[in-house]
Formats: sequence, structure tokens, C-alpha cells
Amino acid sequence: MSDASTAAAEAAFRRERTAVLATLIRQLGDFQLAEDALQDAFAAAIVDWARNGVPDRPGAWITVTARRRAIDRLRRDRGLADRVERLRVLAEREAGAADEPEPADRLRLMFTCCHPALALEARVALTLRMLGGLATEEIARAFLVSDTAMYQRLVRAKRKIALARIPYRVPPDEDLPERLGGVLAVLYLIFNEGWSASGGERLVRGELCDEAIRLARMLQRLMPDESEVAGLLALMLLHDARRAARVDARGALVLLADQDRTRWDRGRIREGERLLEAALSRGVAGPYQLQAAIAAVHATAPSVEDTDFAQIADLYGVLAQVAPSPVVEVNRAVATGRAHGPAAGLDALAPVLAGGALDAYAPLHAAHADLLERAGDRAGAAAAWARAAACADNAVARSELERRAMALKSRGTCAPPRPSARRGRCR
Amino acid sequence: MPRYMLLIHAPAEGFSRPEMSDRWFSYTQALQDAGVLVAGNALQPGETATTLKVRAGETVISDGPFAETKELLAGYYLLDVADLDAALAWAAKMPQIDTNTVEVRPVVVYSQATA
Repeated sequence: MSDASTAAAEAAFRRERTAVLATLIRQLGDFQLAEDALQDAFAAAIVDWARNGVPDRPGAWITVTARRRAIDRLRRDRGLADRVERLRVLAEREAGAADEPEPADRLRLMFTCCHPALALEARVALTLRMLGGLATEEIARAFLVSDTAMYQRLVRAKRKIALARIPYRVPPDEDLPERLGGVLAVLYLIFNEGWSASGGERLVRGELCDEAIRLARMLQRLMPDESEVAGLLALMLLHDARRAARVDARGALVLLADQDRTRWDRGRIREGERLLEAALSRGVAGPYQLQAAIAAVHATAPSVEDTDFAQIADLYGVLAQVAPSPVVEVNRAVATGRAHGPAAGLDALAPVLAGGALDAYAPLHAAHADLLERAGDRAGAAAAWARAAACADNAVARSELERRAMALKSRGTCAPPRPSARRGRCR
Repeated sequence: MPRYMLLIHAPAEGFSRPEMSDRWFSYTQALQDAGVLVAGNALQPGETATTLKVRAGETVISDGPFAETKELLAGYYLLDVADLDAALAWAAKMPQIDTNTVEVRPVVVYSQATA
């Protein structure tokens, strides 16, 4: 058994795994059986390829071998109540089954993994495990749960798919917009979890960002006419372009204003812009395209001072109409503050502060603090920075926010008395 | 085809809505016409429920439903449909779904060998 053929088998399985698995699940009608059979096929490949060389079409070889191993497994598993019926169905399919994995199966797999009948955390885990390249242990680490807990989460989700018969298909046209929105939400959640890890010591979990982008690329190739898919991919690329500049050598957060823009990934920015332009040319822009458009304005500005914040504020205004949310209002206030001065920004922020829905949202208080600081209210700003720090659940971000509060307090002797105007604005 | 139990939970307040009975009748008729209806019934309100258990050989009978909650089991349908999406689509078309909640549960299938 040569190392070269083992390496070839490993490379082929890494490359073909998702496509083969997606086709096997359709042919076998069983997630767990498909995964087990694929594992069997890998073991078989190491032996066979060492003897006979790497086959011309490794994907087809793996698919056919795995399907036969699955039939062997079913024959042995006498505990299975519907074994005979399933073997009959499989034997029928074996006759007409295509050897090559079918691209549309990956789409079916994606919609099934993101089915709304599964808990959101199960959708995320299943998508990463079945479609992504992460092992169960890696997913567990990324979401700060034990290996056992993540393993059980996956097993439970697969059992529900089997017992409740969640269908393995792309939803019919009338359900497609809503269900596609659900798939995009899962991918974006994975990206955001990587971009701003919601707990722990590390700010960016790069492997989650990479996986989210990889999955969005896959989806975009499979659904090239869906402009929100392209919008989401563009959004991720335009954010991710800043990854290297966003954390300093000691692992501390570097705010957008302080980032070294020469370290931004121009290739990713250009790719994001290209995708976005093509998507926008197709018609009415959805929320992901609008967010990508905002990210593109940032990504192409030579500096913070030279950023077109008026355009960003306008884009947030459109976004607030398409997908209203207090978070969007916070961002619109920040952009307004940059474009038209801190007083205008504070005015825009006042309804959100008064609304109370985001009381525990660190970026709200950070935005408030920044506007107050620029308006000259140092005491108010220090309090708001401290409040933002108290809300932050990421250690890296929290220490930066605390530093901001302390900086104002230490040289805050000339701070004006608590202005009553501030309370008035926040009402 | 797999079977699903659609368990209809209604708010205890306004449990009975006689003015809705026409809509329930035509919904049931639609299930029948589609050939998916196995069984279905509306239940009398929670205060008519009797709960029974046998513990250590002793029978304990009590007045009221199994769980005292704001929402009560109000009825059920047993459907024969292709998959969960089909069951959920029927559930979404139910009368009073804007105030009721439907729990959709697959029914255990025993093979003929073990039945």
C-alpha cells in the first residue's frame, strides 16, 4: 500500500465528499447510512487504489462503491424493520442509477439541512457537517460545546429528518423565496459567528468565515439567477477582505477607522463588487445586496475621512424599508453622524435608545458613545463606552471598549456637567 | 405513505367558536377530497377531561386535563401524506390557525413482521 495512493484517495475524498454524499443520500434515502457507506468506500479506496491505481473518474468510483457498501450494510442489519423493502427499492435503483454525482443533489442537501422544522442550531451544525469540510470536533470547538454535545445534536437532527420524513428536495416555486431565505440566513449566521465569535477569547474564527464563503460560492454556482445568493456572497467577501487588518498582532480588535487599508484583500473586494453589480443589474435589490452595497462603499474608500457616508446613510435608509430592524437604525445613525455631524447622528439614534429593544446590544452603546464623544460630551461618552463594554460578550472586543471608557475618564477633568440635553434626546 | 398526527392546541379562552364550524366542515371536506384524511375529531373543552394513572397498583383518577396550560388540546387530524412538508402545508390551511397552534408528529410505523 503506497503513501502516494493513500494521499490520492484522501485528496479525491476531500474534493468529492460533498457531491458524492449529497447523491448517496438521495439514492439511499438515509443520511446516516450514506455517511457510513462513504466511510467504507474510503477504506476500500485506500486498498484498491494502491493495487489498481487511481481510477479515471474517482467521483463515480466512490459513488458506486459506497452504494454497494450501503447495500451490504443493509443486508447485515437484521434489526431494521423495513430492511427488505429498502433493499428491494435499492436493487431497483441500482439498475438505473447514474454513477456520477449529480450537482442538483447538493442543492437538495442544502435545503434539507436548513429545513425550518429543525432547530436553528441543528441547521447550522448539519450544514457545516454535511456540506462543509469540518469534522464534528471542529464544529464543536467553533461553537464552544463539547464534542459529545455536538455529536448528539447532529444525530438528533438526522433522526428527525428520517422519522418525520423531511423531504430531500428543492422546495416548489411557491415556497422557494421563503426557504431560500432560510438557507441564506444559516450561511450568514455561520459567517457572522466566525466574523465576531460570540464568546471566548478569539475574535475571528477564520475557519467559519472560510466555510461560509465556500458554501455561498457553491450555492451561487448552483443558483446563478438568484440575486440575493450573489448578494450574500458579495457581502461576505467584502467583509472578509478586511480580516487580516481587523485584529492586531496581539489579537486585539482594530476598529475600521484604524485599520491599515493596504492589508485589505483587493482580490476579494473586486470579486465582491463584480458579483454585486451583476446582481443589482437584475432588478429590485434585497437586503443582502443592500448590505453588500454598503460594505462596498467602505471597502473602496481610501480612508475613513474620504468615505461617502451620505451614500451609506441613504443605503441604510432603503434597507430600513426593505428589512426594518433597530440594528439597521443604529447603523443608519452612525452613518448619518459621519455624514452630517454628531448632532444629526444623535437625533437619528434617539428613537432606538428610547425603544429599549437593544438595551443589551453593545454596538448601540458604542455608537452612542462615539457620537457623544465627538459632540464633546466626555462624561456621557465614558458612561456609554462602559455600558458597551458591559454588554460585549467577546473578551477581545470588551477590553477595547473598556480602554475607550478609561481613556476618557483619565483625561476627563474638563468634562462638562451631565447635560440635561442628553436625557432629552434619549427619551 | 407515512402518517402524521396533527394535534390542535387552542387558547383556553374562547375555546369554542360555533361560528367557525362551517369553515372546519369545509376544511375536513377538503382533506377528504384530497384522499389524505384517516381520522379527525374535535374535543370537548378541558374542564370535561378526566386524567387517570395507575401507580403501585393504585388507580388515581383526577379531574382536568393532563397539563394545566393556557393552551389546550382541542382536536386532532390523522393524515396520510407523502412527507412532513405536505403535513405542514395542510396544517397551515387550518381554520383558526392565526390563534391556534398545531403540533405535527409522525406516527410510528411498525412493519408487518412485528405488528
